[in-house]
Amino acid sequence: MNPLIPLFVIIPLAGAFLIMIIGRFIEEFNKYFTSLVLLLLTCISFYFLFTTGEKIFVYKVGGWEPINSLPIGIYMVMDGFSVIVVCIINLIGFLSAFYSISYIKRYTAGNYFYALFCLLIGGMNGVVLSGDLFNIFVFLEISVISSYALVAFGVESNELEASFKYQILGGLASFLILFGIGFIYWKTKTLNIADIKASFSSGYNKTTYLFIQILILSGFGLKAAIIPFHAWLPDAHSSAPSPISAMLSGVFIKAVGIYVIIRLFFNMFAISEGMAVLITALGTVSMVIGVFLAIGQWDIKRLLAYHSISQMGYVVMSVGIGMILVSRGTKPEIASLAIAGGLFHLVNHAAFKGLLFLNAGAIEYTIGTRNLKEMGGLAKSMPVTSATSFIASMSISGVPPFNGFFSKLIIIIAAVMAKFYLLAALAVIVSIITLASFLKFQRYAFFNRSNNSKNHNIREVPFPMVFSMVVLSIICVLLSLLVIPEIRDAILTPAINILTDPVKYSTSILVQ
Amino acid sequence: MKGMTLIVKKTTQLIAGMIFMYGIYVIVHGHLTPGGGFAGGVVIAGSLILITLSNGGDFMKLIKEESGTTIIESLATILVILVAVSGFIFGTKIFFNNFLPKGIVGHLVSAGVLPLYNIFVGTEVAASIFIIFLSLIIFKEESKE
Amino acid sequence: MIAYIMCFILFLVGLYGVITRRNLIKIAVSLSIMEISTFLFFTLIGYIDGGVAPIVDPTDPVKVYVDPLPQALVLTAIVIGLATTAMLMAVIIRLYRKYGTFDIREIKNLRG
Repeated sequence: MNPLIPLFVIIPLAGAFLIMIIGRFIEEFNKYFTSLVLLLLTCISFYFLFTTGEKIFVYKVGGWEPINSLPIGIYMVMDGFSVIVVCIINLIGFLSAFYSISYIKRYTAGNYFYALFCLLIGGMNGVVLSGDLFNIFVFLEISVISSYALVAFGVESNELEASFKYQILGGLASFLILFGIGFIYWKTKTLNIADIKASFSSGYNKTTYLFIQILILSGFGLKAAIIPFHAWLPDAHSSAPSPISAMLSGVFIKAVGIYVIIRLFFNMFAISEGMAVLITALGTVSMVIGVFLAIGQWDIKRLLAYHSISQMGYVVMSVGIGMILVSRGTKPEIASLAIAGGLFHLVNHAAFKGLLFLNAGAIEYTIGTRNLKEMGGLAKSMPVTSATSFIASMSISGVPPFNGFFSKLIIIIAAVMAKFYLLAALAVIVSIITLASFLKFQRYAFFNRSNNSKNHNIREVPFPMVFSMVVLSIICVLLSLLVIPEIRDAILTPAINILTDPVKYSTSILVQ
Repeated sequence: MKGMTLIVKKTTQLIAGMIFMYGIYVIVHGHLTPGGGFAGGVVIAGSLILITLSNGGDFMKLIKEESGTTIIESLATILVILVAVSGFIFGTKIFFNNFLPKGIVGHLVSAGVLPLYNIFVGTEVAASIFIIFLSLIIFKEESKE
Repeated sequence: MIAYIMCFILFLVGLYGVITRRNLIKIAVSLSIMEISTFLFFTLIGYIDGGVAPIVDPTDPVKVYVDPLPQALVLTAIVIGLATTAMLMAVIIRLYRKYGTFDIREIKNLRG
């Protein structure tokens, strides 16, 4: 029982409500306090990243011990997979909060902003750490409701419309998930993920099982914006304030969407080949269609949002290939390679997409527009923004030696080795189109001659924004070190072992 | 916001206190009977909303009320977290641990920390529902001007 | 079994409303119908024939109780539903002030 695990939920929740009280009386309290809280959480999460390894920490909230080896309390589980996601949540959260110190001056009601920000972080940490289904739902709703409010934070017509659309589709997803959880409880009489796995392995009704899987997949697929369910994402992510866009696009869709899908389909359901093929197909479709939708965009944040869909498609496709191989039971080393590529790309995407949205926010902060056609010549006046966004653009389009290249390379190699040649070819083509799209972004924003006369007296953004962008770009370069086998064994391999081993997760939780 | 007629005001004055007391009863007996923090909090919020609707109040008063209620709500939430953390400090190093003596089943003062949670959750729910109501009303008043 | 099917039909009624209605308020109401059908489903799966409310009575200990866990879950889900509905209503009111209409066909700035 490691007492540090619940701190990931308790500290942000307490911080949110402290901000609501103390922030009323002390000016400036909210911004520095939020950054401090998130810095603390980042330190704790990195401590866990270096100590967890193959171990699985279980925290029984309230001290309820299992009776007859049946878990009865709420479990919080920290293993090799969740620790990676917790790390990126808190790190990107800290950098976004630090960035907001200068960015959020253009909005009033800073207290509400930072309180909602803390709730968003607390909810996502809860989703990732929770060991039973209903708490996943509760924390999901905490983070999702605060993200509804944050998307509508500008209270202009676009923001409100995006938030409305997001709320309707998000509400639909929530009830689908709740229905699925109800079905699972009806059939197994338990909510603990490990216990459900054990209960399903003793036999189940095929039709009901498939129905539950479809409900859960469509619910979390809506949250993760996989292609047939993607309609809300470009609006919501482009309307939110930029640090929030970085959080939503960089972390949120992974923590509440992709993470839960991967966790439930590997560790709770028995992997069936049909479901694995379906997930791979969804991933491929969103990879291809997302990038084609992104080409025609002239609004920077919409362009980035569509690229999020496409890059998430890479992750889902790669994990799906791993799933197919695991379900066939052949070539386990290629399966782990594919899953490694997916997880590596997930981490990388958090870094470079967060950085790109922060860049977009910096551009919007200085020249007040998001339209690419009205920009130009910013490279001279904003050197740091220009350089960091160049690094991020090259990362996302897979140019060596940045991190995106290595993860895409692993994904393509895994697809070729698993004899999915079409998927490998599609991944290469999508990567090239991504490169073209980001060259357009670079050219129009930074290198073109400015055709706007009021652009001549612009300066670099203030220090907190510069700091966040520089740190993220350094991370973008450093993450490519994960391709070295020793570092990969220390960080990615425990996560892959948890996912590919069908019984390790459930048995090691149930014996504790 | 304008209030309602004298008849409504008088009737509300008679009823609201009783509704409020009933809400407190539901909260305090939360660990013995159906109900508890959420149900009782909703009842209390109902009585507060009834009074505000019948008596009305000018714009500034509503804003003041809203900011006061926000502080109460946040305080109640922090108190819930504090009780959870005190389980860590006084009990067996576990959050949400029930560290107080359990007492006898069926008595009012029993079940350890559960009544405390019920009371704080009740305050929190009453305050937050009242805030939702107040902010919607304040928004309506703003758009009139 | 008929109760479960009715529950699912109620869910589909809500879904139909969300998809076909043009009025923002009606969409919100349809979403609430879906929500309530889910709650009904939860209470149904906790029901046991002849069971009583799950309150421990020290004087009469031997009884069949209905499953208390789904009831706790429904209570939590109701709180969440309350927050969602309040948030949705706040956004709808603000949308009405911006556009002067509840018709979703006239609220379409974001396309493409």
